[in-house]
Amino acid sequence: MTNCPVCDAAVEASEDPVEGELLECPECGIELEILDLDPIVLGEAPQAEEDWGE
Amino acid sequence: MRVGFLHSLIRPDEKLLIRELRRRRGVELVFLDDRRLVFDLRTPPAVDVILERSINHSRAMHALRLFESMGITCVNRYEVSRKCGDKILTAVALQESGVPQPETRVAFTEGSTLEAIEELDYPVVLKPAVGSWGRLLSRINDRQAAETVLEHKAILGSYHHSIFFAQKYVEKGGRDIRSFVVGDECIAAVYRTSDHWITNTARGATTSNCPVTAELAELSLRAAEAVGGGVLAVDLFETPEGLLVNEVNYTMEFRNSIGVTGVDIPERIVTYLLSPDR
Repeated sequence: MTNCPVCDAAVEASEDPVEGELLECPECGIELEILDLDPIVLGEAPQAEEDWGE
Repeated sequence: MRVGFLHSLIRPDEKLLIRELRRRRGVELVFLDDRRLVFDLRTPPAVDVILERSINHSRAMHALRLFESMGITCVNRYEVSRKCGDKILTAVALQESGVPQPETRVAFTEGSTLEAIEELDYPVVLKPAVGSWGRLLSRINDRQAAETVLEHKAILGSYHHSIFFAQKYVEKGGRDIRSFVVGDECIAAVYRTSDHWITNTARGATTSNCPVTAELAELSLRAAEAVGGGVLAVDLFETPEGLLVNEVNYTMEFRNSIGVTGVDIPERIVTYLLSPDR
């Protein structure tokens, strides 16, 4: 369990977190990225860029 | 086997692949975050094969070229990423292989593009050559809209928005088909249904199972082969004259298609990746 860097709400990572994994804050809805695993550190995920996609 | 996992952000699709790779005996997973990579053009990472899952097309394509130049096998290959990541190159590859696609025009100026659009006749869809998730697509219903969109793209867009890619709009009855090709097999397909003319799931379309008919499988495999083959998602339109291939995606998103098809798509991808026949 950690906290949203934007609204400070509690955010729970999955059982097998990975650096770079995207999460959504259950309170403010912002998209977050796992920056570090031990302990888990969250940051705001980068905004979509023009060449993002499939 | 050491498997390099080329990535940036880890979305649910990547997470499913990571879990599948971690389940496999004898696989050592090596994360290659494209935001941290530095290439000296000579020193390859210590991996046997690389699975490409970068969210940025330009990073993915160039990283694949660099890895391949150092002798590493990649899924998908650089040439596949180059052809799929640029709609003009995709259209050329499909044309060269005789794969049916919507009527297409490519032009380089506002004037010549307007002429091409008028010749195609309205409605027409203007697409950026590089882009995904249905972003910046313009459905143009008349000359006034065409003039406006072309002027905006020429003045406000970066230089590659002045390479104009136009296709005749295909009336697709509120849905298109996405088929999944892994190696020499079309493993599954879904309908993507939406009230909007853009039927990407990223834009809210819903998925349902689509039977893989012989026609769909055959055309999907031909489209995949046209761009070089591998692990690919083929987007198709149903028309009275038959199926048309709209796009081929090389870093395919599949998370919304596992439940409705009942096909374990990440399992199939990883099995292909680890196979000596890939």
